[in-house]
Amino acid sequence: MDASLIDWSRAQFAMTAAYHWIFVPLTLGLSLIMAVAETVYYRTGKPEWKKYAKFWIKLFAVNFAVGIATGLILEFEFGTNWSNYSWFVGDIFGAPLAIEGIAAFFMEAAFVVVMLFGWKKVSRGFHLASTWLVFAGATLSAWWILVANAWMQDPVGVTFNPDTMRNEMTDFAAVALSPVAVNKFFHTVFSAWILGSAFVIGVSCWFLLKKRNVHFSVSSIKIAGWTGIVAAILSVVSGDGSAFQVSDRQPMKLASMEALYDGGNGVGLIALGAPYVRKTGSDTTEGFYFKLNFPQMLSVLATRNINGYVPGINDILKGGYELPDGRTALSAKEKMRRGRKALDALAEYHVFKKSGDEKGMLETRDTLLQNMRYFGYGYIKDPAELVPDVPLLFYSFRIMVILGIYFILFFIYILAYAYRENRFATQRGLQRIGVFTLPLAYIAGMAGWVVAEVGRQPWAIQDLLPVIAASSNLDVASVKLSFFIFLLIFTVLFIAATGIMLNIIRKGPEDDAGGVVKTIK
Amino acid sequence: MSYVFLQHYWWFLISLLGALLVFLMFVQGGNSMLFEIGKDETEVSMLVNSTGRKWELAFTTLVTFGGAFFASFPLFYSTSFGGAYWLWMIILFTFIFQAVSYEFQSSPGNLTGRRVYRIFLIINGIVAPLLIGVAVATFFTGSGFYVNKAHIFSGDMPVISSWASRWHGLEALANIWNLVFGLAVLFLVRVLGILYFINNVKSNEIYKRSRRKLVPNFISFLVFFIAFLVHILSGYGFAVETAGGTVFMEKFKYLHNFMNMPPVSAIFVVGVLAVLYGVVRTLYVSAYVKGIWFAGAGTILAVTALLLCAGFANTSYYPSTVDLQSSLTIFNSSSSFLTLKVMFYVSLLIPIVAGYIYRTWRAMDKNGISPEEQKENGGY
Ligand code: HDD
Ligand code: HEM
Ligand code: HEM
Repeated sequence: MDASLIDWSRAQFAMTAAYHWIFVPLTLGLSLIMAVAETVYYRTGKPEWKKYAKFWIKLFAVNFAVGIATGLILEFEFGTNWSNYSWFVGDIFGAPLAIEGIAAFFMEAAFVVVMLFGWKKVSRGFHLASTWLVFAGATLSAWWILVANAWMQDPVGVTFNPDTMRNEMTDFAAVALSPVAVNKFFHTVFSAWILGSAFVIGVSCWFLLKKRNVHFSVSSIKIAGWTGIVAAILSVVSGDGSAFQVSDRQPMKLASMEALYDGGNGVGLIALGAPYVRKTGSDTTEGFYFKLNFPQMLSVLATRNINGYVPGINDILKGGYELPDGRTALSAKEKMRRGRKALDALAEYHVFKKSGDEKGMLETRDTLLQNMRYFGYGYIKDPAELVPDVPLLFYSFRIMVILGIYFILFFIYILAYAYRENRFATQRGLQRIGVFTLPLAYIAGMAGWVVAEVGRQPWAIQDLLPVIAASSNLDVASVKLSFFIFLLIFTVLFIAATGIMLNIIRKGPEDDAGGVVKTIK
Repeated sequence: MSYVFLQHYWWFLISLLGALLVFLMFVQGGNSMLFEIGKDETEVSMLVNSTGRKWELAFTTLVTFGGAFFASFPLFYSTSFGGAYWLWMIILFTFIFQAVSYEFQSSPGNLTGRRVYRIFLIINGIVAPLLIGVAVATFFTGSGFYVNKAHIFSGDMPVISSWASRWHGLEALANIWNLVFGLAVLFLVRVLGILYFINNVKSNEIYKRSRRKLVPNFISFLVFFIAFLVHILSGYGFAVETAGGTVFMEKFKYLHNFMNMPPVSAIFVVGVLAVLYGVVRTLYVSAYVKGIWFAGAGTILAVTALLLCAGFANTSYYPSTVDLQSSLTIFNSSSSFLTLKVMFYVSLLIPIVAGYIYRTWRAMDKNGISPEEQKENGGY
């Protein structure tokens, strides 16, 4: 398989996903805040709150459109660029995608129209319900796509069927309610609420800097501040849960996030540092230009025990240490050997099947199933392939965590001032911080996805299917061309969407000509 | 519930979703005539807003069609999308632009001005139905691909589906019959778009111009559709042996399918008649504006029946012309029993979904589109 085909396919998927993730978290976060604003209007009947809700809805609509456009592409890219993957795991992976369409996207599509254009056509209650249902639909769609993604990190509830030569679902509940999926959902959605809050606060602070819309801004900051503080605390809690699960199911990802080459007991967590890529195995240099350690914290994070054992990259490749369940870890070479054994057994199985040799079939089937958990290792040629990009993971993880702690402080501080309207209106410094925090929220979320997805490499499905075996059979030129076409299109859309949103913000909430209106000229 | 039942059930749902998509592409059909029917800014804006209240549904149906196909017949998903790469990519490109064009066209700061976005709507309105029609036609005419599952364990190139043509899907455009069907779909959705405007837009000028467009578009549709129908009914089809699943060519296969499945034929005939009724009554009774409902329901029925004919009765729904035995059937390409069963229960949600779509559609279409309406409720 052509390596550059894989790289271009990865680049194309990563780029589409990253663009999707610019818009989606704002959909998830802002829909909550606009629904709260409309609820205030519904309960108090104050007309200014209707304006406020409409203002956020207007921004939501622009963002939503691009989110949808990028999402459609992602869905079909599983087929166009990862066709082998689609066949090999479609049995499990396709289901959440289909459920997402039936249960979540239609909900959004039907009610978003009422939300945008139905102010005078339906009752106030119906309208409010529609806005909340848009929020519910978006959140539900996050659930199902994250079930799918969590399954790639931790493939549960399946068995390999040698006759159809693919993985088949054996336990739907295990897939849909896997602990990784649950945790991932909460962490991701909370992170999106952080972004939504930071967005509302950023825009409001900009108004304050311009000395306009003071009441609107301070009221919005109160809503967003509370949403943000709750989300920020919960995102740290759920992020800790994610790290714990990663250490359990994807130890290589965890070791790479920490640039931990040689593990041990009571390992420290690196607060700040600069790792370099070490040759694995014989290389015993420090691995860091400099570092700042929290003693024993990594062991706590990964094992919930201050002296817990955390394997490093080399340990995982060498094997031989004791796993939490008491077994001894296998070396990478041994896993690769077993993986090839599984692949060979599958090949023999089909030879026996052709000749009708039932005993042979039974035997090879047994061998296959015994070695199935290492199936994907059969495609790996060199243990070094098993190590993801260490510095990228290290820095991304640190950016996310440091920002996670920063957001908690930020929201506390903002809230404290928001309840003293007069003081807030004069705090230029704080207002500037409010504006500058917005890009940080985008950066934190993107960094999180880099940790999750780059850390999974070389696996498309952890231990089952490496990316080299997941791709479509295309020529590199085709994928390269489509990559650049998408890059161009998405970049143009991004610029246009940003331009439009800035325009809407500049006009501010007082432009109350109707839903998302630009009346006919 | 048996495996075979579920495979049929899911093919039925895929057919129904495909048919709903064709119906909802009245959005595209309508957009393809934006500047033909709308002559000034007020009129074009009314048209944009008319389809603009419905585009999300069409788009979501496409998304769900893809997701449901993935879940129920993953081998199709991997073979067709990974193989006919460029055909699908072009369709996707046009939908990206469509999705943003409504919102962007009237917003200040949109980079290019409104006309460019409206041209995007027109391009999507023409290209998407045409190429989706071409792609669906290959369900009857076949494509060039190989499926070999043994590649999974044969080392260097573990990909099981490969496409024969370096053109990766564009070669489908070289088959005249694919184009004929593509054009039939295009003119059908234009007819539906016209009927929808007649129903939804409160403007005499638009009403008159739409009616004038009805006849030529409808006749074009009939010509291409009948040509394609005669072609497939009178030609060879891709049949599957009941035992063993060997694929072979059978003369009059699709005709036989219709004859052997009277309910499917009945649905087809009723569908075609409903389309005819909707159009003809609109033409003859000038006060009649409900043609879209007959023609729309008829489209759903007829397209469903056509797709059932392609997949039921031991037929290969995605045939390979270079290696007959690689052809996909609902049996050799489906998901496992458990997945189809779980998905069966999920599909029971569909009536609820249909219920709220109906409810919101009714609420939004109460008064139709007019400049006053837009002023009052806002619009794109
Ligand atoms: C505003 C955004 C944001 C913030 C402040 C945090 N995270 Fe996060 N994190 C995400 C946004 C995010 C995300 C975008 O939502 C990710 C990407 C994939 C996922 O499941 O969630 C993610 C993934 C992610 C993963 C990888 C999960 C996997 O590989 O499957 C870990 C281990 C953490 N996070 C841990 C943390 C910790 C310990 C944090 C705080 C102290 C933290 N995150 C704050
Ligand atoms: C929207 C947020 C997401 C972002 C920003 C993101 C980012 C990325 C990145 C950076 C890669 C490339 C990794 C590499 O090659 O080193 C990638 C690959 C991939 N991601 Fe994601 N991802 C996101 C969500 C998802 C979800 C929800 C799924 C599945 C449901 C998914 C499935 C994949 C697949 C199949 C690949 C290609 C195979 C691979 O490289 O592993 N991604 N993504
Ligand atoms: C990489 C895998 C992903 C795929 C294949 C995918 C697919 C899609 C599709 C097809 C749409 C358009 C739906 C419509 O027509 O209404 C969409 C929109 C959406 N997706 Fe994704 N998505 C992915 C990742 C994610 C992630 C990680 C999340 C959130 C956690 C998410 C949340 C949403 C939401 C909330 C929408 C609504 C539209 C918007 O946000 O603007 N998606 N996605």
